[in-house]
Amino acid sequence: MSLNIDVNGKIYEAFDGETILTVLNRNGIRVPTLCNMKNFIPTGACRICVVEVEGNSKLVSSCSFPVFNNMKIKTHSPRVVEARKTIVELLLSNHPDDCLFCVRNSNCELQSLAKEYHVVERRIHGVKNNHKIDFSSLSIVRDPDKCILCGRCVRVCEETMGVSCIEFTNRGSKSIIGTTMGKGLNTSSCVNCGQCIMVCPTGALSERNQTSLVQEALNHPEKMVVVQYAPSITVSIAEEFGMKPGKDITGTLNAALRKMGFRFVFDTTFGADLTIIEEASELIDRITKAGKLPMFTSCCPAWVKYAEEFAPDFLVNLSSCKSPQQMTGAIIKTYFADKIKQKPEDIISVSIMPCTAKKFEAQRDTMGRNGVNDVDIVISTRELIELINLNGIDMNNIQPEITDSPMGVRSSAGKIFGATGGVMEAALRTAYKILTGTELTNFKISALRGFAGRKEAKIQINDLEVGVAVVSGLANAAKLIEEIRNGRKDIHFVEVMTCPGGCIAGGGQRIGASEAIIDARMQSLYKIDEKETLKASHKNPEIVELYANFLGEPLQRKSHELLHTKFCKRDVLL
Amino acid sequence: MKATIDSILIGYENSGRDALIPLLQEIQENEGFLSEEAIVKTGNKLKIPTSKIYGVATFYNQFRFEPVGKYHVQVCRGTACHVLGSATVLQELETCLKVKAGQTTRDGLFSIEVVACIGACGLAPVICINGEFYANVTAVSIKNIIDTYRSKDANYETEVKNIS
Amino acid sequence: MKPKSKILAKDYLDKLSTGFESSVMPKIEDYNTEKKKTIIYIGAGTCGLGAGAGKTKVAVENYLSEKNIDAKIIEVGCIGYCTAEPIVDIELPEKNRISFSKVTSDKVDALLDSVFAGKSEGHAILGQFEVDGIKPWTKVPKIFDHPFFVKQKRIVLQNCGIIDPVSIDEYIFKGGYKSLIQVLKKQSSDEVISTIEKSGLRGRGGGGFSTGMKWRLAYKTPSDQKYMICNADEGDPGAFMDRAVIEGDPHRLLEGLAIGSYAVGASVAYIYIRAEYPLAIKRLKIAIQQAEDYGLLGHNILNTGFDLKIKIKMGAGAFVCGEETALMHSIEGYRGMPSPRPPFPTESGLFGKPSVINNVETYSNVPSIIQNGWEWYNAIGTERSKGTKVFALSGNVKNTGLVEIPMGTTVREIIFDIAGGIPNKKKFKAVQIGGPSGGCITEENLDIQIDYQNLIAVGAMMGSGGLVVMDEDTCMVDIAKFFMDFIQRESCGKCIPCREGTKRMLEILQNITAKPHNYQGNQALERFRGVMQLEKLGHIIQETSLCGLGQSAPNPVLSTLRYFRHEYEAHIFERVCPANKCTELRKFKILIDKCTGCTVCSKKCPTNAIIGSKKTPHFIVDDKCIGCGSCQEVCKFEAIELI
Repeated sequence: MSLNIDVNGKIYEAFDGETILTVLNRNGIRVPTLCNMKNFIPTGACRICVVEVEGNSKLVSSCSFPVFNNMKIKTHSPRVVEARKTIVELLLSNHPDDCLFCVRNSNCELQSLAKEYHVVERRIHGVKNNHKIDFSSLSIVRDPDKCILCGRCVRVCEETMGVSCIEFTNRGSKSIIGTTMGKGLNTSSCVNCGQCIMVCPTGALSERNQTSLVQEALNHPEKMVVVQYAPSITVSIAEEFGMKPGKDITGTLNAALRKMGFRFVFDTTFGADLTIIEEASELIDRITKAGKLPMFTSCCPAWVKYAEEFAPDFLVNLSSCKSPQQMTGAIIKTYFADKIKQKPEDIISVSIMPCTAKKFEAQRDTMGRNGVNDVDIVISTRELIELINLNGIDMNNIQPEITDSPMGVRSSAGKIFGATGGVMEAALRTAYKILTGTELTNFKISALRGFAGRKEAKIQINDLEVGVAVVSGLANAAKLIEEIRNGRKDIHFVEVMTCPGGCIAGGGQRIGASEAIIDARMQSLYKIDEKETLKASHKNPEIVELYANFLGEPLQRKSHELLHTKFCKRDVLL
Repeated sequence: MKATIDSILIGYENSGRDALIPLLQEIQENEGFLSEEAIVKTGNKLKIPTSKIYGVATFYNQFRFEPVGKYHVQVCRGTACHVLGSATVLQELETCLKVKAGQTTRDGLFSIEVVACIGACGLAPVICINGEFYANVTAVSIKNIIDTYRSKDANYETEVKNIS
Repeated sequence: MKPKSKILAKDYLDKLSTGFESSVMPKIEDYNTEKKKTIIYIGAGTCGLGAGAGKTKVAVENYLSEKNIDAKIIEVGCIGYCTAEPIVDIELPEKNRISFSKVTSDKVDALLDSVFAGKSEGHAILGQFEVDGIKPWTKVPKIFDHPFFVKQKRIVLQNCGIIDPVSIDEYIFKGGYKSLIQVLKKQSSDEVISTIEKSGLRGRGGGGFSTGMKWRLAYKTPSDQKYMICNADEGDPGAFMDRAVIEGDPHRLLEGLAIGSYAVGASVAYIYIRAEYPLAIKRLKIAIQQAEDYGLLGHNILNTGFDLKIKIKMGAGAFVCGEETALMHSIEGYRGMPSPRPPFPTESGLFGKPSVINNVETYSNVPSIIQNGWEWYNAIGTERSKGTKVFALSGNVKNTGLVEIPMGTTVREIIFDIAGGIPNKKKFKAVQIGGPSGGCITEENLDIQIDYQNLIAVGAMMGSGGLVVMDEDTCMVDIAKFFMDFIQRESCGKCIPCREGTKRMLEILQNITAKPHNYQGNQALERFRGVMQLEKLGHIIQETSLCGLGQSAPNPVLSTLRYFRHEYEAHIFERVCPANKCTELRKFKILIDKCTGCTVCSKKCPTNAIIGSKKTPHFIVDDKCIGCGSCQEVCKFEAIELI
């Protein structure tokens, strides 16, 4: 039903059941919010979005208050502005005064609000909190003093991820977001996905920064430092340097990394191709030899940890393949090391990931051999940008360069790993070829593209109808698992990405990217897939060469040793 | 014989989230506090993440995460008690036992808890030791009360010694 | 229990039940025929037990067994006159029940000796209960003529302290459950709700929303399941009427709750009660069991097809759970954090279903309204506030306890007539009404008639009805600090204004009452800005907080600021506490002529601020002194003086 509401003296159309905030946003009136999250039920906690509604003696929160016909609203009256300003001042009153030393300096919602509401004087003084910073996690650092208790991390962890490792604890001014028994994040069920960082308005949550380790490595006289970057990285940083969001800057990135001092620059997409060969073979193996089905992908480390904690009964369903990062790392420290006659221990292998969980993955027990890790240092997209800036590289004024061989050639199938559904699409291309001996007529499987949290398709391969499902957001994975536990049998292969939308929206990406920017990243990946001719992993000549010269056959001894791993139940506080 | 966590949990088969607080209350009544083990087992039973249970438990005044003393002294800090000097009583109690509110003496004999209002405002200031109420407490009488409990315990111990 | 009368009470109930169909109503007298024997009633509510009723009971038992006297002991709830506890009533056969105050165990023998001898003199008599046709005690006043009771109108408390709370029969023979039967047998939901609407009953828990209207909203919302909730989570420090009602007359609550459930169509009702009230919980459990046994609760009540299951939920200690939405989250097993409204609980409440929440006192009014008609209830009180209100009197008054007065009674009447005024010849300063959400009333407003609007107009609030009287020795800044400390601890922490704002307000108050030495940073400036800051913060918290608790959180400060601004200013600018309550602002000196150098004070001083050698006058080092006053207490020579 259409209604009329009066906002600041102008009449706007609204619909029954909408909140005030929805109507305001649609009509270009911006009201600040802190606790509000798109597609989540409003909690009305932060009160920064208050507006004046005629007939109400108190100010009301526009995020939760439903519209009614002929209501009169004032969004920026002096009364409202003063209230909002005071709320900001209250938050600042016990906030650490160290903006200049904060990881979120100049990209902080609290800072912006203070500016927006012209907080230039400290009118309210408060006793500062003095909580311990939680450094226990390999991926995520929590600084409760900077937390403004908006609760967005709690909600994303619970509602999007179904993990719930953090929650509001204590009460009143002693409230703090914490884990069970107030322990370190490392002993909690945290899967390190980093989505909490993505929604945090301040610097209370951040990745475990390892840029200094990289700098140190680059300047080490005896070590050779090589780098790999994930498929989604090249389409995720353009806007940071004033370029069009989503633009693929592979060449520029290669050049920048070499300027920083990386001796060899590899594309993890090669590892993705390798993953596809192994994974597709494993799938076929399971299908033809009556193995455990459905098979779940294992390239997302947060999902793997989730499965180890929450669905240990499904660990046998997980593909034993390592992730592309770890496969690339393993090949660097063996095949490549041999090739350039370097001792593996003298190579420092850095990887750039859109992800915080990869930091954890690289440190897992089985990810290396003879005391040498496959990957030594993992940095996120954000840390990459920091390093580019630190090293004074002008991204707009460098000549593109190509990736190093032998891991320089990649298929576009590997590239689309960066978006949800990409792994599945790529794997099906190769699985079809292996099973039928012919290529798919149409490589594009539209049903598996887009941002939906769950996508399903049925693919006819010979006389077998293969059921596939793609989920992103672990809460969606949990639902699917429950369906399978309850007897669903038509699914053979499942791709799980922890972050909604896949790695292009990963927990290590730039903070504050809008939905439009993330969509641009996805479109960019699919455009690459459309334009390029090498569309299937098994056709990648360097992959073919790698198997011919080094690995032998997929799933055989060598690849088993280097490219596969084991998972086991984790004993954490669930 | 007090019930164990496991035996308590048996009574909560197929219970929903609304059983959480009663369950925690029952566990605390038997165990004296909520241990990590209790929280984990509760979580498994009710299918609730432990962080959520900890969040709920820390929200309410009633729940403790450490054992209390043999004599649990609750000091009422309601308005009426405040007006009639409960702050001094609490202060005196803290000096007397050499612990702060919320702590337990090292010998495990006494613990102090500040409670919002016992609901016996007519008798203010009130304290309650192991369920027994003491009305119109003053800084002087609190010492005597504590002393009686101390000697009670000492007597008990000598008796035990004599028997053995 | 008394099996014989149990059957009689049940018989009476059955007759009553059919009576509403056949219009032949049974007479209670025909059924309540138990042969009288001596009954000794002991007030054994929490307050009575605190005053020593347990020991009194043991002494009575010993006395009876020693003398081999056949008498029955009944533990009753609290009649409300807490100062007079332990109260013992004695009812000899064919003689009026007579009530004695302060019967501690040592007085039992003498009292019983004389009463059994037919004499009442020489003991603290409260009065006698008058019953027609029964022989009165001579020269003993009627109990309801006692100054504590004479101005009261007892509806909710009518049975408290008088009947046996663990006997459903007594409640029935006092006319109990008649309203429920009448409603179930003869009235539609709509009729019941209309009666309540027309009676003018308003929620007794705080806001004062029309009870009938609330019921109607829930009644009109279609749903497969509705819930009726009773809020007995009396978290307000200084209020204890819910506890007393449940301890003294639990069936009244159950009856009111059942009538309400029938009216809105709820088949499940919850009573959310504080775990700190073990005795109340115990008695409530017994009462529910009894009502179920009598077929007054449970499945197909009195063959009317109406089902009602009453469940007890123990609150785990959170003041904010007095807020409706927070309370429902707590029942659901979550942190008790309020949600924004709308949606209102009457549309989407507990488990997402339409729910009605009222407090104990509200429900306890319902049976009487049904019984006596809305016109009767509507005639009590003021134009805008009907009926009575129970207040919990405490603080610096002679008589503390529970009083139930008709709306429109003045505050002065309560404090000076009922409560007997201020003890120790001190002067009245203020009375705090409504607890942490309320405010103060001062001398100038003592003559306002109590009702919802008048209290709000003077900056106080009905709230739950805690009434704490303060004499001239009370520091109002200290009281404001006490409430802010309470509120900021009890704030749920969800919304920023309440969580941070109340903490900041507390810090300001702590700052202005802190020791006037060793300033750090901006403390002095902060202090000067204190008053302005408190007002500003207070208003923003009122305007923007999410729930009623937050919106009313600054009231104690704003109200004391309104009436006692000069006290704040004295703390801030002159750095003195006019009432000498804020210890850190106190300064002591030792009178050289009086000090004998006994060293007792220096030994007692917790901060070693007193120096001096033996047998010579001591003196106090100001920088070290924390103003605790323990030196003054221990000095035998009155040599230490407050400056």
